[in-house]
Amino acid sequence: MSVEQIGAEQVRDQARERQRVERLDRVVIRFAGDSGDGMQLTGDRFTAQAATFGNDLATLPNYPAEIRAPAGSLPGVSSFQVQFGNDRVLTPGDRLDALVAMNPAALKANIGDLRPGGVLIVDTHDFTPRALSRVGYDDNPLTDGSLRDYLVHAIDMTSLAGAAVAEFGLSRKEASRARNMFALGLVSWMYNRPIEPTVSFLRRRFGGKPAVLAGNLAALRAGWDLGETTESFAVTYEVAPAPLPAGTYRNIQGNQATAYGLVAAAERAGLRLFLGAYPITPASDVLHELSKLKSYGVRSFQAEDEIAAIGAALGASFAGLLGVTVTSGPGMALKSETLGLAVALELPLVVVDVQRGGPSTGLPTKTEQADLWQAMYGRNGEAPLPVLAARSPADCFDTAIEACRIALKYRTPVVMLSDGYLANGSEPWRVPAVDDLPDLTVEYATDRNGMSADGREVFLPYARDPATLARPLAIPGTPGLQHRIGGLEKDSLTGAVSYDPDNHDRMVRIRQAKIDRIKVPPLEVDDPSGRPGYGARLLVVGWGSTYGPISAACRNIRRRGMAIAQAHLRHLNPLPANLGHVLAAYDTVLVPEMNLGQLASLIRANCLVDTVSYTQLRGLPFRADELEQVFANIITGGEVS
Amino acid sequence: MTSTDFDFDLPALRSVPRTAEPLSAAEFRTSQEVRWCPGCGDHAILAAAQGFLASLRIPRENIVIVSGIGCSSRLPYYVDTYGIHSIHGRAPTIATGISINRPDLSVWVVTGDGDALSIGGNHLIHALRRNVNLKILLLNNRIYGLTKGQYSPTSEFGKVTKSTPGGSLDDPFNPIALAIGAGASFVARTIDSDRRHLAATLGAAVAHDGTALVEIYQNCPVFNNDAYQPLKDPSRKDDWTIRLEHGQPVIFGSRSDQAVVRDPVTGALRIGSADDPDVVVHDARTDNPAYALALSLLAEKDLRHTPIGVFRSVFRPTYDSRFRAQLAEAEETGPTDLQQLLLGTDNWTIG
Repeated sequence: MSVEQIGAEQVRDQARERQRVERLDRVVIRFAGDSGDGMQLTGDRFTAQAATFGNDLATLPNYPAEIRAPAGSLPGVSSFQVQFGNDRVLTPGDRLDALVAMNPAALKANIGDLRPGGVLIVDTHDFTPRALSRVGYDDNPLTDGSLRDYLVHAIDMTSLAGAAVAEFGLSRKEASRARNMFALGLVSWMYNRPIEPTVSFLRRRFGGKPAVLAGNLAALRAGWDLGETTESFAVTYEVAPAPLPAGTYRNIQGNQATAYGLVAAAERAGLRLFLGAYPITPASDVLHELSKLKSYGVRSFQAEDEIAAIGAALGASFAGLLGVTVTSGPGMALKSETLGLAVALELPLVVVDVQRGGPSTGLPTKTEQADLWQAMYGRNGEAPLPVLAARSPADCFDTAIEACRIALKYRTPVVMLSDGYLANGSEPWRVPAVDDLPDLTVEYATDRNGMSADGREVFLPYARDPATLARPLAIPGTPGLQHRIGGLEKDSLTGAVSYDPDNHDRMVRIRQAKIDRIKVPPLEVDDPSGRPGYGARLLVVGWGSTYGPISAACRNIRRRGMAIAQAHLRHLNPLPANLGHVLAAYDTVLVPEMNLGQLASLIRANCLVDTVSYTQLRGLPFRADELEQVFANIITGGEVS
Repeated sequence: MTSTDFDFDLPALRSVPRTAEPLSAAEFRTSQEVRWCPGCGDHAILAAAQGFLASLRIPRENIVIVSGIGCSSRLPYYVDTYGIHSIHGRAPTIATGISINRPDLSVWVVTGDGDALSIGGNHLIHALRRNVNLKILLLNNRIYGLTKGQYSPTSEFGKVTKSTPGGSLDDPFNPIALAIGAGASFVARTIDSDRRHLAATLGAAVAHDGTALVEIYQNCPVFNNDAYQPLKDPSRKDDWTIRLEHGQPVIFGSRSDQAVVRDPVTGALRIGSADDPDVVVHDARTDNPAYALALSLLAEKDLRHTPIGVFRSVFRPTYDSRFRAQLAEAEETGPTDLQQLLLGTDNWTIG
């Protein structure tokens, strides 16, 4: 051990003695900077560190639709928020405990969310009069006293990081980007997060660029060392690991979980997965992820448009593969006609709609859940199909498998709804054993199944399984089972074109009955106050990504001594058979949605139960504290605001 | 070449199984009642297709015909293979999903001028660009038949129809020129009334490895009767039709006295005399698409000097083969353990 190292050790020991460690149950941190600054990467790496440490967590990336809005401008601010805790973490958090702002715009855009007393870490490098006035600051907020309610750490991170990487001969751009690693190192030190996962990540990513790797590692360590050696950091924070069920965990984003779910479903079905897709935010990452997985037998095809994407997927399903397509709202609209064809052909097909703000182009990078009706009804004629929604990033995996199960078993297109929040948000996921996943084996027809009028054996493509009403699938290459199917109405047995009035009436009803008969699990109610009807008077029913904030709000209500029941729907078509019965047991059924009441309307129509809607379309998930207030108002006899 | 002297070791069909004996055209008929109007050109095309498919010795179950919407798109119902009658303009998309995943199938698209060139124009050009191994039969009757007589994207300027009582205002597409512009590796034109030429052209198309676009001039007796009469009328058809045959001088006319001539200075093609020293010798395999494009532009608006036959037939790797090669390479060299994929590299164990 060299003299210098001993000296450094002593400094650290002294610093440790000086510094106080505060133990917290949970912490919300947001990293904010220019969209080109690498804030998503920084947040992602911090998240991985918290996850590896054993915290439960939830994340919320938030970035503009423009790839590089003007540097330093408010529209160009990109941020990444993470909440990690020593107990089940259900949302990315409402108020920030800590904010890292890399420039004046990031400060201005995010300071309103930092709680009083919260930690504010600012890179002062860009706080020039010009940059300040550009975002509307008359005075420098770092010196005018306006930040007096916060624990401010004003540090010229850009210069410090630049000094740390100086010896590696990086380009100006590479050197400047190292400042996010510096910030990560500092925050990691402050929250006692191990940086090893990030070190190994950097080694993987920059293995082929030794100078860049060395620079990033140096910046990361310089940030950590600054915390250790600087007196102004009087407090560090510790969040103990969360008691999660035994198993092997990883952190996973919704889009990645969706992709993995589709791959796993194909594996369990013994089929090749074929993805037809056209790039669209926020669904493109599913295309990217699946495109990387060719060695697992996954076939991906970037089509010329949304229509071609679903068309190719449908063709693949006809050819005996598991055809899927992924898109977002505007793409769903374009796929409508082909979805109708898939309903008529009765072929398996999975369409993932990663919802975003609408209508039209709307808010491409923001979340919303206003495509429910489009999924349910957005086709000409009576064209029913199953609709499912994932509730959390990791739940996208299970929901994708369930969507594939239904598609393959009932020979129907299925819409799986995700959204921008789930797509990019992440949480720890207990990785299942592939062999424990449901068996989705498909039996294709190999023999003729009927007689023609003149007594010949024939294949009847629409002679159904009496229980499921699913039709037999014969794939090209199967001798003797050649048949033609199409979008024209078909005879209910032979599949031949039929304009017969009774046949059409019969076929419309059969297609509906097939979907209605799909077996979905009963709705489970989380009601610690007793069985339905004997405790809580208010039931909150949600679907999709509102699960996190609704659950967190319910937990807080119960901690305040009030009773509340919660139920969350995965299957939106068909709805669980017990839904009406469950709802009828409560005085008030509240349906919070990020739309104007689409599920509420479905429930009213299907169950003849009145509902109360609480809706918000801000492009962001609900805040748990807002929902808590809404719930409390209802329970105490107030109105929904 | 006719459909009977067929080279069966074709790259385009190398992965498709064969029967020992030729099949009969009757085996390709279905019990569905054919519902085209009497006198429709589609009847002749169907009969030719059934006979042609039978000669290929491909098992019926290894043929898939996909169509869009329109009169011509009813064809799959009448051929006993696997088939999808899909939606307007989208047949190439579905056919692409089938073809690239199933090299053991021979995949055909049947479409019309409205289906392929209007509502489905985007898919057509991208199929051609990718060179998906599809055989596309574009039945061009220069009218919307199934919707009862509106002008189509191949109708001549000034076409008077129910939707254009004062005459249409837009100039038509030239499907051959469009296909060449989209990078097509095989482009041909034939005519419903010439069964021999039709069969030979289909033969050349099926021999081609990649997208083969065959435009078939087809008569609609109800809404656009005699649209191609100048090319069928015995008194002038030989003077108006230019028959393209690879390796042969492009000479035509009832007295074989006319020819396609290349201007030695500009390189432009024009109609000239058969004894001109610069008569063009047809080369469908020339790489530069300018030649085939120039041929496709020879026809006058009144159909005078319409070339038929194979304009262009060049080798270009198919999307199908590249798609499968990439998959095969990944499957050979990449990771395959799904459990490991799910576990990822950053994981931790509790309990």
